[in-house]
Parts: sequence; C-alpha cells; structure tokens
Amino acid sequence: MIGALLKRDLGKFFPFTGGGAALPVVFFVAVAMLYPFAVGPDQELLGRTGGGIVWIAALLAAILPLEKLVAQDIELGTFDQLRLRGFTEEIMMAVRLLAHWLSFGPPLILAAFPAAALLALDGPSLHLLLLGLLAGTPGLAAIGLIIAALTASLRAGAALSGLMLIPLALPILIFGAGALARQDQASLGFVAAISLTLVAIAPFAAGAAIRAARDV
Amino acid sequence: MQGSPNPKLIANALACRRGDRLLFRGLSFELGEGEALHITGANGTGKTTLIRALGGLTTPYAGSVICKGELGLLDERTGLDPDQPLGKSLDFWQRIDGCRDPSGALKVLGLEPLLDVPVRYLSTGQRKRAGLAALLNRGVPIWLLDEPLSGLDVAAIEQVTALIALHIGGGGTALIASHQTLAIDGLRTLAIEDFAPMDEPA
Repeated sequence: MIGALLKRDLGKFFPFTGGGAALPVVFFVAVAMLYPFAVGPDQELLGRTGGGIVWIAALLAAILPLEKLVAQDIELGTFDQLRLRGFTEEIMMAVRLLAHWLSFGPPLILAAFPAAALLALDGPSLHLLLLGLLAGTPGLAAIGLIIAALTASLRAGAALSGLMLIPLALPILIFGAGALARQDQASLGFVAAISLTLVAIAPFAAGAAIRAARDV
Repeated sequence: MQGSPNPKLIANALACRRGDRLLFRGLSFELGEGEALHITGANGTGKTTLIRALGGLTTPYAGSVICKGELGLLDERTGLDPDQPLGKSLDFWQRIDGCRDPSGALKVLGLEPLLDVPVRYLSTGQRKRAGLAALLNRGVPIWLLDEPLSGLDVAAIEQVTALIALHIGGGGTALIASHQTLAIDGLRTLAIEDFAPMDEPA
C-alpha cells in the first residue's frame, strides 16, 4: 500500500514524467550557465566563487516545487481519503518527503556535473560539492515539506513559503558552501547532522500541520 | 458486505463548531446493520462538518463517535488526480484498497467510456460517479455520503439511489447528508436544524 502511494507521489513530482516539473533542475543549470556571463570568464574567480553560487542555486531550486507539494492534495481530498483508509498523516508525509527528495535531490546532484564544468570548479571542489549536496538536499527537502504543509491552507502560501525557507536553510548553506571555501570536508558533517534532524522531524511537523489545516 | 459483519455508527451528544460558531449540539443517533440516516438541513447548517467529524477528520467540540467497521467517504473532493486520466486515477485507489475487480462498479456507473479522459475534463456528475465507483470498490460497510446527488442528472440520481438502497439491503450502513429528497425505503431522517443552539449569539 505504501509502495502504491510512493509510486503515485513520484509520478507526480519526478521531473520529466507525467505531471512532474523539470523546472528546479533547469533553473539550477541556468544559474550556473548565466553566472560566468555576468562576472566574466576569469577562471580563478569562477573557481573561487562558483561553489557558493551552485549552493545558492540549489537552495532556490528547492523553493520551486513547494507550491504543488502539499496544497493540491489537501484541496483534492487525497489526504482525507487516505486517512479514512487507515494511513496516518505522518506516514503520508514521510512518503511525500521521500518522493520530494528523490525528485529534486538526485537530479540536482547529476546537474552539478555540468554546473561544475561551466563554473570551472576543480576536482576536489566538485567532490566536496557533490558530497555536500548529497548531505544537504534531504534537509532542504524536509524544510520545504514542513513549510509547504504549514502554508498549504493560506491564500498567499506560495509566496510565503519561499520567504520562510530561506532563513531556515541558512545553516545548510553556511556549512555546505563553507566546506568549499575552506576545502575541508569536516563541516559537511554538520550539514549531514542538520539534514538528519530535519528529516526526522519533518513527517511529524508536516503531519500535524495538515491535520490542523482540516480544522480551519 | 466485506469487513466487519455487524457495522455500527453511533454519535453521542455531538457538538461541532466552525470557527467560533457552534453549529449544532446534543446530536445523537445510532445506526446499525442495514440502516440508513438522511441528514437534512440548509446550506451552512453543519452537514459537512458532521460528516467530517463522524469520519474522524475533525475533532468534535463535544461528544463522541463510536464506529465499528470501516468507513468510506464520498464528498465533493474525490481524491482523483485532475491531471491523470480517470482510469489511472482510479487505479491508484484500487491499488491502495487492494481491489481486484473494479470493472463491476465502472460498468454499473457507466464510467467505462470515460477511462481515458483526464479527470479535469469530467463534469461534476461524472466526477461524482467516479468517486462513488472508488467507494464501491472499497467494499466498506459504512458509507458517509456528502451531497451524493448534487450535480447528477435524473437517470444518475435514480442509479445512485438504487446503489445506496442495494448497499443498505446488503447489510451495509449509510449516512447521507443531502438537501434533496431520497427515495429509499426505510430511510430515517434527521433534521440538523433541530440541534442548532437556541440562544444564537448576536
């Protein structure tokens, strides 16, 4: 039963399949493509600042799918029907978190290869960037899910969720991009720790949020 | 009927609020095997709120609900994905419900020619029938129906009424909130306005 739910959620959010949007990945690559045009083709400058730009692009790309993430299924009554079939909100949100991450984390990690080439990142930097994205994107997905669930019943929810994600995602950005600046893998441990905590909290926080949205 | 052999749905002195306004209070009833209750009332009197409270989707302000047997809900939000063809949309719920033979319900409700049509192109009545098909395929003993006849044409109203009667005749239980009249034998009626609070605050 949970497999069927995951399959549906993936079909809904995975890029290039059915209703899924490829926008976050396109957006991510577009930023990496435009940045050299904006600052000029100075290899040394690009290599030094490129990693940070990739992180900013990843963070902003995480905002794009939020609008559709939870609100639509509240409106359609999907969560109500699942609840009547014995699913708890926590399970629904855990499945949604997994589907959300799968649909933007791994594609973003793959897109980091062309992005690194465009920004003239060297081998060790690319290595740190990939590890960082692997550690950081689950956290970004978890923050996104919590915010999407909290703002689902608000009219200006989509605009608000973008604003709310930025401060909450700052620690991931600081430690993730910091690892690149200092060429030091250690701070990625912090990124992973923050991500794990957020992933553990997200199903409960988002589940409580969609339960509360029913009473409005 | 599948599920528990002796379904029961009991409301004990239920009271529900919407926002700060008390909609009804002291509402009690008991429904058992083969029994159906028609909840009547004007718009905004709390029919939908009552159904959602009975389904456990919202917590009642006071009172309690006892439910023996699985509940199925049909309201205006069917949970069918508007971007998917009807067949795929129903498929998802069939997989969740472990329904092996969905064709019976589709045939009875005349949905077979619509399976390739995206849900967003369906009319209100067609969507309602699709929701009812999903409910039929679940095979649950207790039905909560919120305005099951709205948006249906005359033929479909007859058909849906007959399906409800068949469900009750087979030992099922149904609670139907509707402002339309229902031609079902042995149907009890409960006017929700009788339970509205007396001293309406200004």
